[in-house]
Amino acid sequence: MVLGHLMQGLVRYDRRGNVIPGVAERWEMDEQTATFWLREDARWSDGKPVTAHDFVFAWQQVVDPKTASEYAFILAPIKNAAEVNEGKLPVTDLGVVALDDRTLQVTLARPTAYFVKLTVFNTFYPIRQDFFESRGDQYAAEAKDLLYNGPFKLTEWTHSASLKMVKNEHYWDRQNISLNAINVDYITADTRARLNLYTDGKIGFTRLDGETYKDALSQRFRIRRFTTGSTFFLEYNHRPGKPTDNLNLRKAIQSVFDPDEMVNRVLATPGNLRGESLFPVWINGVNDKFRKEYPAPQAGYDIKEAKRYLELAVKEIGPIPPLVLLVGDSPTATKQGEYIQGVLLNKLGIELKIDVQTFKQRLAKMTAGDFDIVGAGWGPDFDDILTFGDLFASWNMNNRGRYNNPEYDRLVRLTMNSTDPKTRMDAMGKAQQILFDDAVVLPQYEQGIIYLLSPKIKGVARRVIGPDPDFTYARIIP
Amino acid sequence: MLAYTLKRLFAGVITVWFIATATFIAMHQVPGDPLMNDKAVSAEIRANLEAKYGLDKPVTEQYFIFLNNMLHGDFGISFTQQNRKVNDIIRDHFPISATLGLLAIFFAATGGVLWGALTAIYRNRLPDIVIMFLVILGISVPSFVFAALGQLFLVNLNGLFGRSIIPVAGWGTIWHMLMPSLVLGLGTMALLTRLMRSSMLEVVNEDYIKTARAKGLSPTRIFFKHQLRNAILPVITVLGPQIAAITTGGFVVELVFAIPGLGRYFVQAVQQLDYTVIMGTTVFYGAFLVLMVIIVDILYGFIDPRVRLS
Amino acid sequence: MSLFQPTAIDFEPLARQEKTEQITRPSLSYWQDAWVRLKKNTRAIISLGIIILLGVFTLIGPLLWAVNPALQNLNQVSQAPAWAKSAIVIAPYQSWDGIQLDHYTSPDQAASTLPAPTGFSTADTPTTQSVRLSWDPVPGADGYNVYRNNRAPRDFNDLGLPLGSTYGDELSYEDRLSLEPREYYYSLVPTDGYDEYEVYSQITLTPALALTPDEAVERGLITDPYDVNIGDSLTIEFHPLGTDYLGRDMLARLMEGARVSLFIGIVAPFLFVLVGIIYGGFAGYFGGRVDGLLMRFAEFVVALPFLLFMILFKIAFGIGPGESGIMPMLLALVLLSWPSTARLVRGQVLQIREEGYIEAAKLLGAKDHYLVLRHIIPNTMGVILVTLTFAVPAAIFTEAFLSFIGMGVAPPTPSWGSMCNEGVKTMLSHPHELIFPAVLISITVLAFNLLGDGLTEALDSKMRSRD
Repeated sequence: MVLGHLMQGLVRYDRRGNVIPGVAERWEMDEQTATFWLREDARWSDGKPVTAHDFVFAWQQVVDPKTASEYAFILAPIKNAAEVNEGKLPVTDLGVVALDDRTLQVTLARPTAYFVKLTVFNTFYPIRQDFFESRGDQYAAEAKDLLYNGPFKLTEWTHSASLKMVKNEHYWDRQNISLNAINVDYITADTRARLNLYTDGKIGFTRLDGETYKDALSQRFRIRRFTTGSTFFLEYNHRPGKPTDNLNLRKAIQSVFDPDEMVNRVLATPGNLRGESLFPVWINGVNDKFRKEYPAPQAGYDIKEAKRYLELAVKEIGPIPPLVLLVGDSPTATKQGEYIQGVLLNKLGIELKIDVQTFKQRLAKMTAGDFDIVGAGWGPDFDDILTFGDLFASWNMNNRGRYNNPEYDRLVRLTMNSTDPKTRMDAMGKAQQILFDDAVVLPQYEQGIIYLLSPKIKGVARRVIGPDPDFTYARIIP
Repeated sequence: MLAYTLKRLFAGVITVWFIATATFIAMHQVPGDPLMNDKAVSAEIRANLEAKYGLDKPVTEQYFIFLNNMLHGDFGISFTQQNRKVNDIIRDHFPISATLGLLAIFFAATGGVLWGALTAIYRNRLPDIVIMFLVILGISVPSFVFAALGQLFLVNLNGLFGRSIIPVAGWGTIWHMLMPSLVLGLGTMALLTRLMRSSMLEVVNEDYIKTARAKGLSPTRIFFKHQLRNAILPVITVLGPQIAAITTGGFVVELVFAIPGLGRYFVQAVQQLDYTVIMGTTVFYGAFLVLMVIIVDILYGFIDPRVRLS
Repeated sequence: MSLFQPTAIDFEPLARQEKTEQITRPSLSYWQDAWVRLKKNTRAIISLGIIILLGVFTLIGPLLWAVNPALQNLNQVSQAPAWAKSAIVIAPYQSWDGIQLDHYTSPDQAASTLPAPTGFSTADTPTTQSVRLSWDPVPGADGYNVYRNNRAPRDFNDLGLPLGSTYGDELSYEDRLSLEPREYYYSLVPTDGYDEYEVYSQITLTPALALTPDEAVERGLITDPYDVNIGDSLTIEFHPLGTDYLGRDMLARLMEGARVSLFIGIVAPFLFVLVGIIYGGFAGYFGGRVDGLLMRFAEFVVALPFLLFMILFKIAFGIGPGESGIMPMLLALVLLSWPSTARLVRGQVLQIREEGYIEAAKLLGAKDHYLVLRHIIPNTMGVILVTLTFAVPAAIFTEAFLSFIGMGVAPPTPSWGSMCNEGVKTMLSHPHELIFPAVLISITVLAFNLLGDGLTEALDSKMRSRD
């Protein structure tokens, strides 16, 4: 959220979710290349112009194996990106060149319909080579160790305490920016403390959670709601030998949950949507939303079906041993975990142990396969169905349950390599069906958040992809 | 006295070394990977990350590198906060925790001594009962409840006046420090009250008090010159480690009042297995604790001449 | 002048007489005396009584109140203590298609103002299963937002929770968000698809507490779904102390939590205080090098990061994920908490050892261990008892913190400390979830405090001389 105000990529989103020019003022794309023409008044915060070379340098840094960037994979559609990242080719072989100071040409590894939208993401922001090298190891450690080409620049940063963003006087669209500064004066994880600060008039924006919203209501504050576009689901361990590798067990679990209960009774905050599919409701299909054109198959709450599947499972693998549910250490995660534990125990007689781990430990266990079920979630990286679709391809490292289905992989590859919307959506529709038939995951909910925003601030944009919340074009009314 | 101090300081250094070693060993025994992150990475990238943080060398070698760096005062860079030096982290945040902690101790000590003495003097009468009741409340209610209540109180107070008189969170002025340090010191204050009370009750019955009274000294004089000085010793004993404990344990208070102290880093570092921050903060705290204890022990000798320091 | 003339009788030895001076009480040892004094102390008796009551609560309670503490009831989340309620029986939930407008087209241009919507009403009887609302279309609107508040909204900014949005052709909304049988104020606001118009309509309703026959069977209220008909009234479970955030009975959870909390809260402090006394006593008594070494080691233990070692102990004990690690927790608490007691005791011992009677006893030939056990330690009782009474809540709260981060009791096993943790989050809206476990902890602490006071008066030599 902070970086989105300080930097800008080739393109960006407007308030209504359309792609509009950012640093690039126009662009063209075909099956092999994408070309961007940069505007001439784009400037860094020290006044120097933003050039195509800055993008080339930045993207080369990303794929350079020495940088060890965890997000290098997102540049995969660019020619040679994978090879450079693996160390097989030099960095200069990356398929992006600056034809001149203001023209950037990208050579694609495969036809990628969504490439332009992809460049909104943080990883594609430019970096100026001379500045980067002058700062060496200290780059980005403090406010002065970064150069900004966005609407705001960072002037003060007290780590974990506060930061201050001030209008960037060199930004090309500064005429339309009404705010002079954005102050983030308090950084704390305690939602109650933040509510108190808001009540006290010290802050104008804060997120609420399931417990603090009632207090906010009693203070008569205007609560707002936003569906973030991330889906949360239970992921199973599909490695051979694990009980959750058994299809009947997974189908039993699929039928024992009432999908409304999680959203309405356990999470109990507005904005959450029922978990019906891995693909959230906002993903676009051919002409309309994907989920409208390809409705997600539903199991619903059917205790008899569930018990029937359970019996089949027991016949195949014997009595079900206690399963381990891996969850994070946030308070909501534990509450959800306890709910799932209660349902499985009381309705199916399956014992579930809740393994609360901090982020790092949880990831380590996931990768090592040390779990039966894990509470997982995925937020979109870019505006295309593939950001969710390729999650369970067998080569994807985020597929930590090691689900392996050649047919699923085929569908994903088809979606990756085709540019015809109907072909792609049909393939993903079939993929969605496989996810249900094979009970690969159990969708839980699509995340919604609630927050407070002072009525004096107007024009704040909230987005599923791109900087969120976005105060760039916000203004304060007296 | 000087020889004693030097001996203690030397022993202190050895203790800190032990602490560092034990923590190092413990840290490496805990399963989990400090370099794991949200999105999975390929083998090459992993290798690069390991090399950058020095994790590709054998453990014993890492230990000696660490010791060497520590002697030069360099605790390395944090694993989770990109490129931020551990020294900088400690330097930026420790003074805040220390100020908060010392202020809390000040409240706790003055309050504890005062209330404790009062309860001893008015034993079994109304002040005693009231104060002891408050003490029980103070220790049986968790600190996060007090922190939340304290903040709520401030919000309502400000609401009453229509504007913000005392800030409800954050750090900067003396007003910011009042409520958090009060909340932080409550537990210790209760402990000190109790200690002081039992200590005073013992002293009150001593013969020399009776003698002083028989000699006709005023009660105030007796109180300050004799009772207080003798009763305060257990309080001082406890104070040393308590200072260190409060400074490190302010995690909850720092969270609720949005104070950028070191406590939060410490807890998070253990959770995230940020090796360098764990080592840096543990060694630093260890040294701080050892120093506090030494100071207190020396103070002990001044207050009670009967105690032979060897 | 008569002279005293001794006779033979005068020289006979006197008969043994009874002693004129009698000791009315038998001679008591220190401990016997202490016991007598303790029995007379009212505060100590009260506290012993409380402790016995707690024991009964923990051990016998679950037999008398046999409710499953892990049974969740998502329809009765966070209920305050109340008498048994009654609910009406309704049909199982069917999803609702809602009301759509045929032939709808979005308006070309967003109107600058719009009137408030009309016809805002319930489409069905509102129950806790669902509340269905419908309204008339507002010409020019391209969508609607629905809000819900727990009290009457004062103005446009006070409409409450934003439940959801609909498109311009949808003229209905179904609310199922944690419905309770209380008064709700719904508001409807027309939008242009993105921004709202500042007008609204309002409706007030109270959903009826309802359940389906299948739910009633699952909750054990009836045995056969055909025992009841739609529309009948059924009395649902009685929760004397209310329910928690997942609808579990508070009383049952408190009873089960007592086991963990009292076990840790009593055993751990006793153990580490014992260790501390012995360690500190000897360190203080022997002084010199021994003292120095022992104290340095104690400091070393204090400085170790508690959390890290907790993790290690858990692994060492082979506690798997999701299992309750009571023993490693006990061990960790004891091993890492004894230094402070040791320090205190050592300080006192340093003082006492200079007292006259110690030297006197030594001269009389007393051995070291006799001195320590018989003279020194009883005189440190005051300080020891204080530490003990503080150690109890400290242990309970440390356990809560550990359970919170997954090192203590695993869900669904409760403990008073972890219930406090959960209760703090809903402190203002559902205080009962915090108050009950906190009160129980307070009572335990109070009992030990009073006991400590009583013991001090009984055992502490200096205080005894007062009576």
